[in-house]
Amino acid sequence: MPRELLKGNEAIAEAGVRAGVQAYFGYPITPQTELLEYMSWRMPQLGRTFLQAESEVAAINMVYGAACTGARVMSSSSSPGVSLMMEGISYIAGTEVPVVLIDVMRGGPGLGNIAPSQGDYNQIVHGGGHGDYHPIVLAPASVQEAIDLTVLAFDLADKYRTVVVVLADGNIGQMMEPAELPPMQDIRTEYPDWAVRGAQGRERRLLSSIYIDPNVEEVLNYRIMQRWNEIQKNEIRYKEYYLEDAEYAVIGFGTAGRVALSAVRAARAEGIRVGLFRPISLSPYPYARIEALANQVKVMLVTEMNAGQMLEDVQKATNGRIPIEFYGRMGGVMPFPDEILAEIQRIAHSLVPFDENPRQSWMKRHAELLGTLQGKQ
Amino acid sequence: MQIEVVIAGFGGQGVLFAGQVLAYAAMDNNMEVTWIPSYGPEMRGGTANCTVILGDEAIGSPLVRNPKAAIVLNLPSLEKYESLVVPGGALVANASLINRSPQRTDINSVFIPANEIAESLGDRRLTNMVALGALLTLLPVLPLQAIEQALRDHLPERHRRLLPVNYEALKQGAIFAERESIEISG
Amino acid sequence: MLATNPTQVVFKRPKTLAQVPTHYCPGCTHGVAHRLIAEVLDEMGLREKAIGVAPVGCSVFAYNYFDCDFVEAAHGRAPAMATGIKRVLPDRTVFTYQGDGDLASIGMAEILHAAARGENFTVVFINNAIYGMTGGQMAPTTLPGQKTTSSPSGRDVEQMGFPIRMAEILSTLDGAGYIVRRSLHDPKNIRLAKKALRLAFEAQQRGLGFSMVEMLSTCPTNWGIPPIESLRWVEEHMVPVYPLEDFKVSPSLAGLRL
Repeated sequence: MPRELLKGNEAIAEAGVRAGVQAYFGYPITPQTELLEYMSWRMPQLGRTFLQAESEVAAINMVYGAACTGARVMSSSSSPGVSLMMEGISYIAGTEVPVVLIDVMRGGPGLGNIAPSQGDYNQIVHGGGHGDYHPIVLAPASVQEAIDLTVLAFDLADKYRTVVVVLADGNIGQMMEPAELPPMQDIRTEYPDWAVRGAQGRERRLLSSIYIDPNVEEVLNYRIMQRWNEIQKNEIRYKEYYLEDAEYAVIGFGTAGRVALSAVRAARAEGIRVGLFRPISLSPYPYARIEALANQVKVMLVTEMNAGQMLEDVQKATNGRIPIEFYGRMGGVMPFPDEILAEIQRIAHSLVPFDENPRQSWMKRHAELLGTLQGKQ
Repeated sequence: MQIEVVIAGFGGQGVLFAGQVLAYAAMDNNMEVTWIPSYGPEMRGGTANCTVILGDEAIGSPLVRNPKAAIVLNLPSLEKYESLVVPGGALVANASLINRSPQRTDINSVFIPANEIAESLGDRRLTNMVALGALLTLLPVLPLQAIEQALRDHLPERHRRLLPVNYEALKQGAIFAERESIEISG
Repeated sequence: MLATNPTQVVFKRPKTLAQVPTHYCPGCTHGVAHRLIAEVLDEMGLREKAIGVAPVGCSVFAYNYFDCDFVEAAHGRAPAMATGIKRVLPDRTVFTYQGDGDLASIGMAEILHAAARGENFTVVFINNAIYGMTGGQMAPTTLPGQKTTSSPSGRDVEQMGFPIRMAEILSTLDGAGYIVRRSLHDPKNIRLAKKALRLAFEAQQRGLGFSMVEMLSTCPTNWGIPPIESLRWVEEHMVPVYPLEDFKVSPSLAGLRL
């Protein structure tokens, strides 16, 4: 396939189409609306299902119903809409049906704004709906990766009968980059043996997240956790840049990761031996690789477009063995590379020991920055 | 190598499209490229800008604080971006809507009456192509032919008849910049 | 004489009704409604094509009582889930079974929009004017003055609003093909309810859009009155507020002989 200049949201939609998605249900919300709009003509063109739901609550429950038929289904939304979907996501997890969800994150909390953000990390990776479950979460940093991870998401959802979230942000959704689309897959004609499609010539089937006997519910929870163990074993993904000889490592995912890449290159040009570690699977998280990196580098710098949500996972992985520093922008602000470069320079040239609490020390530094910004207004 | 170009103006001046054409041309010439718009709740008449980054390796940040070049099609955009262009960079300003001279002396700039040139070609909507032609003279990251080819290859079918006049707009912008650009002083 | 007059089966369990005891309280009419659905699906030969969507509420375990494919929805979301299923499998017979809290309170958006879109599935709406499963709280359909555990002095319409007539509301939507209200308080009305159910599924078979049969039902346990009195209470108190009428019948169903 030739490279085409594709907008992230539309590329994700077409990737879903080519992965054989049979039904899409969604609700308009910036900055993911182009995805819904693309599906609104593309799905009917192929004789597949598109429906604009009355709310994100309805959309995720339509997805839930369609997933129960064994069809490949997806939805997409942005942060406030994804909050509304949490009920459905928990039910889907409890029913063990495969679903792909795209979250094009924006600034929050609350109505926030429509600028790119990574504020949904905790909600998607560590929480969200009620009960014990772990979705698979994949974080693209480019349009090409958004395409590839969307296709992968469908395969993983089917393989593990789980929710897979592609966690992008407004930047990935809105930007255009050259990218290659995958070949068109055939729509499936064989359906899994749990699919509810009418009890023709077989025993009836039931798909439900109710296990009224706690002892039976516990068995379900155990099964979900066993599957999660398999996922943790098999589905860790990340990308490393300039880390072979690195004394310092920057860790960032998605857009923050690619912004950091520019900073790392600039720092390398100054002779600072720094590399970038970019987690692609946020769930399961590459704890072991980060732990190993802690034996190599002197300091890690975590950079995010939030107040340090993934930071806590890096701290968990490194367990205090080396200093961790943090730099974040919040509320829909995207950092410029020079901000992260300045942090790398500060760390590489620091003569004083680092604060034990990276978030606290970052907040002190950040107060000065915000003060300067406010002064300018 | 990495070149960052900001294109800014009012909504409706074709700034997003100009950036896309540049991005297509870069892609077709096997460069790495990103195009990202500012996106906001306003649909018409508000400010619009996009950033195009061209390079020879995978682009990191799609946004930079200090771009190598800026095309500004109105005064608010000039006020915002003139000071941000890196020293040694390039600035194309639409003199039709800007009644002041450049303040920077450490960048190459051209103040071009892009609206008038576009109107002389019969369509004010060519302002963006006039400005893009001027930029590629100051910053020859791609030849004009590459932009023309990108227009040929990617312009929607219904706009194909406008190809010749678009080429002319690019050329007029380039000629003006050749003649009138203000080189870095000192 | 016996040899020439073999035993005739005059009453049997419908095939679509599972051979299990239900959890419903004595005197509750859920069982009647279940049986009517099963009979209609049997008569129309739809058991193998049917996919039911169970609600949250007293009938949360409805899926246990039907011998056909079933899914279990979140509270109020059955119409959304049914939409997802029916859109992917348009040739299957899809129905939801919902109570008044599920359909008329938490699921109001989902039911209204499913009807407005003319989703081609059938809704069985059990209106017993109370929340049963959680122990007798006020429902959106609770009558003015009716005492519940969350309106202990009776529903004060000044404070708690008025009952919602769902059949009337939904019948105003162009997407609805068949909207009627029936009652399960006596054999005659039960027969009428069954006929309505049949028409609702016939409407779905014919692609006439959204179909719903609202069924006035009893809740002796939470009303705190014996089963027989409960049936009378439906007739005397609920029917005047919730008239048993055909609110919308697609012309395509007129003249259909069953």
